[in-house]
Amino acid sequence: MHIPDGFIDLKTAAATGALSAGGLAWAIYGIKKYFRARVIAMMGVMSALIFALQMINFTIPGGTSGHLLGGALAAIILGPHAGAIVIAVVLIVQALIFMDGGIVALGSNIFNMAIIGVYGSFAIYWLLSRISKSKWMFFIAIAAASWASVVIASFFAALELGVSGTYAIGITIKAMLGVHAIIGLGEAAITLAIIAFIYRVRPELILTRNGGLK
Amino acid sequence: MKINKNMLFTIIGVLIILIIAMGLSLIASSFPDGLEKVAENYGFIDRATVVLSEGFFLIPDYAFQGVENEYAQTSLAGLFGVLMIFALFAIVYLIYKLVSAGRTGKDNKDKAIKI
Repeated sequence: MHIPDGFIDLKTAAATGALSAGGLAWAIYGIKKYFRARVIAMMGVMSALIFALQMINFTIPGGTSGHLLGGALAAIILGPHAGAIVIAVVLIVQALIFMDGGIVALGSNIFNMAIIGVYGSFAIYWLLSRISKSKWMFFIAIAAASWASVVIASFFAALELGVSGTYAIGITIKAMLGVHAIIGLGEAAITLAIIAFIYRVRPELILTRNGGLK
Repeated sequence: MKINKNMLFTIIGVLIILIIAMGLSLIASSFPDGLEKVAENYGFIDRATVVLSEGFFLIPDYAFQGVENEYAQTSLAGLFGVLMIFALFAIVYLIYKLVSAGRTGKDNKDKAIKI
């Protein structure tokens, strides 16, 4: 859901841009605690993986497509701070090199997908993981967090469109939530598959589950 | 250089990423995404603009302009994007290594928890 330029007005772009700058500053501050060579290497691989996966649009009913956002994937593997930076890097490269997502709208896109999508989904994952440390709760938390990351991001995208006066806010929110509730299922399936694979072959790489964030 | 388990894992990971970016990307759905579909349905898709001239973008719309073939354009766009992101993090990695070379201690953790 990369917002192109022209969909949101300048005040909305400025406001979300400021929030994104603050969010990324917080992420950089937060990552200092566990920033080391291994984590930087993992962030690079995660960023490249999410960039590649974002090229793969899958068809959903109604002549529409969606692709992975990766916010929950990055947050659950690397922790929310590194996750936010990873997604922001992907969005910046896409906007500046590939014309995917607007330049003026970049702040909004970072806010929706890298800040809200990452920290929001991580909050859900963290809360569910507190209920039980079991493997099944881990997978349920992944599915719920990744589905929610897409839906929450689409809500904020719709809110920004509405506030900008691009289209009636209520209708936009309803339409965006409807289509992204389905795209979110794809997000959950892909995120689950990738994390289940890593859990099987290299569980120690899942930093949020083995105390890697210290 | 001896190839250990970690290096092998990383090499396989990078290969998988390249297969996704250069191969799977060719069969991606070309239907509009969720936001574009909503914009089409409510008639505001035409508001989308490009604020900078298209010449600013190295690879607009994931089509590498150096070649004619459409599939090659997408594959090369994927390759270029992946390499660019690796390069960005490689620079951060090198700076980190240089800065922490003088200060030992923090990096010892890396040796303790080998991936």
